[in-house]
Amino acid sequence: MPFHEMFEPDGSIRPCYDEVQQWVERTGIAGLNRRLDEAEAIFRRIGITFAVYGEGGDPERLIPFDLLPRIFTAQEWRVLDRGIRQRARALNAFLHDVYHRGEIVKAGIMPADIIYRNSAYLAEMADFTPPGKVYSHIVGIDIVRTGPGSFEVLEDNCRTPSGVSYMLENREIMTRMFPELFEQGLVAPVDDYPAELLKSLKEVAPPACKGDPVVVVLTPGALNSAYYEHSFLADLMGVELVEPADLFVDEDRVWMKTTLGPKAVDVIYRRIDDEYIDPLVFRPDSLLGVPGIFNVYRSGGVTLASAPGAGIADDKAVYIYVPEMIRFYLGEKPILDNIQTWQCGKPDELAYVLEHLPELVAKEVHGSGGYGMLIGPKSTREEIAAYADRIKANPSEFIAQPTLDLSTVPTLGPAAVVGRHADFRPYCLVGKQIRLVPGGLTRVALTEGSLVVNSSQGGGVKDTWVMQD
Amino acid sequence: MLSRTAENLFWMARYMERAEATARLITMGQRMAILPGAHHRDEWRSVVRATGTGHQFPEGRIVSESDAVSYLMLDLDNPSSIRSCLLKARANGKSARTMLTQDMWESLNDGWRKLDSYDVGEARQQLPALIDWVKTRVMTFRGAAHSGQLRNEGHDFLRTGSALERAQMTLRLLDVKYYVLLPETEVVGGNRDHYQWTSVLYALSGARAYHHVYGGTYTPWQITDFLVLNRLFPRSVAYCYDQIAYRLNRLAGWHNARAACHDTARELVAAMESIDSGEIFRRGLHETVQNGLAMTNRLGFEIAEAYHFG
Repeated sequence: MPFHEMFEPDGSIRPCYDEVQQWVERTGIAGLNRRLDEAEAIFRRIGITFAVYGEGGDPERLIPFDLLPRIFTAQEWRVLDRGIRQRARALNAFLHDVYHRGEIVKAGIMPADIIYRNSAYLAEMADFTPPGKVYSHIVGIDIVRTGPGSFEVLEDNCRTPSGVSYMLENREIMTRMFPELFEQGLVAPVDDYPAELLKSLKEVAPPACKGDPVVVVLTPGALNSAYYEHSFLADLMGVELVEPADLFVDEDRVWMKTTLGPKAVDVIYRRIDDEYIDPLVFRPDSLLGVPGIFNVYRSGGVTLASAPGAGIADDKAVYIYVPEMIRFYLGEKPILDNIQTWQCGKPDELAYVLEHLPELVAKEVHGSGGYGMLIGPKSTREEIAAYADRIKANPSEFIAQPTLDLSTVPTLGPAAVVGRHADFRPYCLVGKQIRLVPGGLTRVALTEGSLVVNSSQGGGVKDTWVMQD
Repeated sequence: MLSRTAENLFWMARYMERAEATARLITMGQRMAILPGAHHRDEWRSVVRATGTGHQFPEGRIVSESDAVSYLMLDLDNPSSIRSCLLKARANGKSARTMLTQDMWESLNDGWRKLDSYDVGEARQQLPALIDWVKTRVMTFRGAAHSGQLRNEGHDFLRTGSALERAQMTLRLLDVKYYVLLPETEVVGGNRDHYQWTSVLYALSGARAYHHVYGGTYTPWQITDFLVLNRLFPRSVAYCYDQIAYRLNRLAGWHNARAACHDTARELVAAMESIDSGEIFRRGLHETVQNGLAMTNRLGFEIAEAYHFG
């Protein structure tokens, strides 16, 4: 049996869930389901949606929301908090190293190929140090739990981790609908996230910045699947939400076009991929992008968050080495473990993977969002054979991990509280200081037994509570 | 403020205003179409023309209510249909999301695809309810902006857009009345003339207000005076020009800069102050209206230029 976040193995309630259990009993499952409909109507009206392309139907879908919170005790959170910060520091140190001296390679800890032949590595970033030596300003770390004390990192997101708007909106809706749950003040608040984000971004203002840094959020536009989040964050930080066409480069600065004429921009929180930032440097065919912006960046006229090329740190092949990075750069023992991972590019590990594929989860190194993966135990013999052929054709493009006994969280079903697998993504902010609000996004697989929590594949979200002592 | 944001706010307000105006036009069309003999006079054609986009209906065939409802309410190829306007207003709002209050956004977002599910038969059957729905959407939007939006330049762009659109709609309605509704053989001041003039008042929600100002008598000069020159009626051309000039002045203040649009707005206000309804009829209502439409269009372009719209 997987670890259940709400129940002890003997069926008793874990103390941190006492309050929730009483609330469920008081309200009844039918009552909760009625409230869930109300909550979804509010989400729909507010417009908290994400766009899904090319599937027909509603182009702006709601992410299913679950009413029952996922809860961490204060003690659990202390461990997570330290582990997440540690990881964010190591990943940024690694990024600085790979774009400078490459000590980790010279020390024989990581093979050069994994870094320098990786498409996420940007040679254009070599020898350049972004303000504050920060490359990844928002580090989203996907964490799963397999037992009472065991939290493990599934994946790092160093570019533009999304979903933080759900952390805030889920809390907002829970406090609006069930104020009684928060009356005792035991749940740590998360609503200062936007203020902390703005502080972090201002701390990495470029050398050319005069006075209070002008921060903007850069979105590809209203059709982007995460547009709601982009506008939400700009709104809560009180900064402009710009599209590439609103920006231009002149005399070593980046300007935005305003009704008053051009206004200089200092820090750009960009929610747009590296290759679309600057058509002069990256993709000439890109209609997005601001011509010349990369040069301004390198000459200290503007800060891009995250830094171009930061994606090398969240590559799945690089992930394997993060515990080593922590020891190498910080001289510390890793607080959070990695999940055991086999690299198919290594002959002996490939042999093991091919032999045990029916028990493993195999992933494409560059895949994301749960696409292109094989869940061995849930696949047919034909699917496994076909996937094995793909791995054999290009081994270094694949990794494999054991199927984890992911913990289950209480989730509202039509007739009862049921257990569903979940993961957790906290958002660690890196400026001059490192900041972490007590919470994050819990994603839950709504189908019984399913391990896929991605919103693009039908996963849902729920509020995450960190209990105060 | 970003130029793109200003432009989005300006157009969002115009589209919402236009959606409401089109809904009112359909109501006016129904009112006129129940007059005896209306069918032969092709009343719906004049209604469609009032939107400034209906010229593609081929001559020689009567425009039916079904044609008009389909074209004015549902047709996505018609840029002024209610459905087009609501979708575009929402898209503008979404792009300027950070400048909208939560209530403003909700008023744009609530039921934004409602009209997708209607065919013309259902729309005609439920016409009064749909018209009410559209008007409620627009009035909720306006109310949300009125009661919650910061009075910053964004609000001024929004109000400039709605005043400009309103001025145009009132001018077009007058033109339809003068140019289309009344055949040359008909007597000015006759029964039909009277009914058509009051229909214009109804289309602008002005009938009650008109009574308060002019008592119970309807004459074309008084109605024209009311719709063009009355400074108390919020859909009159003069009121809209006052509003535009006031808003543009505020924008000039925010930016500490004036441009051609400010001069044009001042001219328009002055022109309204210097004439009376008698003079409008001496010069010709149609000419006055055409000139007004041309000037209002020009003003729109000048505003776009002054504030660097894309």
